[in-house]
Amino acid sequence: MGSEEIRLIVDGKRLDGRGFEDLRPIKMKVGVLKRADGSCYLEMGKNKVVAAVYGPREVHPRHLADPIKAVIRYRYNMAPFSVEERKRPGPDRRSVEISKVSREAIEAIVMKELFPRSGIDIFVEVLQADAGSRTACLNAASVALVDAGVPMKGMISSVAVAKVDDVLVLDPMKEEDNYGQADIPFAFFIRNDRIESIALLQMDGRVSRDEFVQALEMAKRGAMRIYEMQKEAIKTKYITESEEEVNEVE
Amino acid sequence: MKLNDDIILDIRRDYVLGKLRDGERIDGRAFDDYREIKIETGIIDKAEGSALVSIGNTQVIVGIKMQPGEPFPDTPDRGIIITNAELVPLASPTFEPGPPDENSVELARVVDRGIRESEAVDLSKLVIDEGEKVWLVFIDIHALDDDGNLMDASSLAAISALLTTTVPAERFEVGEDFPLPVRDLPVSVTTQIIGDYAVVDPCKDEEYASKNFITITTDSDDNIVAMQKSGSYLMGEETLMEIMDTSIKKARENRKLLKEV
Repeated sequence: MGSEEIRLIVDGKRLDGRGFEDLRPIKMKVGVLKRADGSCYLEMGKNKVVAAVYGPREVHPRHLADPIKAVIRYRYNMAPFSVEERKRPGPDRRSVEISKVSREAIEAIVMKELFPRSGIDIFVEVLQADAGSRTACLNAASVALVDAGVPMKGMISSVAVAKVDDVLVLDPMKEEDNYGQADIPFAFFIRNDRIESIALLQMDGRVSRDEFVQALEMAKRGAMRIYEMQKEAIKTKYITESEEEVNEVE
Repeated sequence: MKLNDDIILDIRRDYVLGKLRDGERIDGRAFDDYREIKIETGIIDKAEGSALVSIGNTQVIVGIKMQPGEPFPDTPDRGIIITNAELVPLASPTFEPGPPDENSVELARVVDRGIRESEAVDLSKLVIDEGEKVWLVFIDIHALDDDGNLMDASSLAAISALLTTTVPAERFEVGEDFPLPVRDLPVSVTTQIIGDYAVVDPCKDEEYASKNFITITTDSDDNIVAMQKSGSYLMGEETLMEIMDTSIKKARENRKLLKEV
């Protein structure tokens, strides 16, 4: 980090032409997998991820079951071809950590007590990674959970803020992540169209306290925009489905 | 057996929470007090640097080993830091032998982030032959006794050990030995979130009462260099900012201990 040779902000614009507070283009499609109880395909810039939710269902192995609430598992997995240099298949330390903090964010909003002795499995595959894949995965997972009909207290919307060339930028892409001065992934708990609290927070790099406060505000504004898109994607699926049903009846 | 343990845990949890409601902690500390911190360095002669840190009853050893190796292709002009944590079974009745679980991975990665992102070790001075050979710095965290807050004990032990590390150039016949160039003192502060309460430097019973914590690491200029929210909980913005301010203040105090190393 902190390499000075590469300029990431040129004439007040980012390398991909975005302003400081622009998100990368986001695409979402709900219910893309036939076998899963809920699923979502999501693109965030060059990130391409797909999330599947299975459950609530029986827990295997059974001794893991909890008699008072559902057990939630979250697996963040990168495909070997998702990055420049082939990634060895299977969990590495980075994915273990990402899976842990992402699961914890989800656990905090799922109404686990409604499903004692059961398990809810969330699998997220990164097909192509380009910085911010953990945020893309959480956004997809959150939508897939809604698609699966898992009762939740609200939604999770996630976005990172980076510091590059001494300014804060929303939703950093690969170059900004690699050569930037700091990366702060956030996930927020949103209920009734309002950000209530922070569900995930990590950070590496170097920022002052004041910069962190600005980053938090920027992330909140970004997360609200993502939240609107998540809502839209879910609505689109169910509106199309109900229209199809109407057509069938006719 | 399992059930008995659960009941005892419940009783402990209630005790911790009951005390917090009265504005107290079970060991009489203020909410932002650390237990006594002791740092001892140079305890393992075979290692390039080492430190034993205790925070109350918690004890952690960090040993630094170094050897020449190949640089990463994208950073041919920098040495490499590799941090690993082993929660060996002697440190706690709940640790089991075997490959690192998510908690030890998280511990190692959060300690690593503090050291890496504060640029505490000047990696550009750890090049033997640019593009071919650089120094690999292995930071191995070995927990001895887990009475809570392994995170801060490990961070303090890691930076203390690095401060006393000598690069073993003579042993590998690549020049003269020299002290490892350390130019910053990252200090982590871990706060346990128990219900509506936030307490710094949790002891084990406080960790039993709640698995939720946040670690904030700052450098010598009070910049934040690493953060990790850990546990299934939601955190309000105000709480976060309060914790951040306390963490910056506490890190300054603990950094003074490092100046004596």
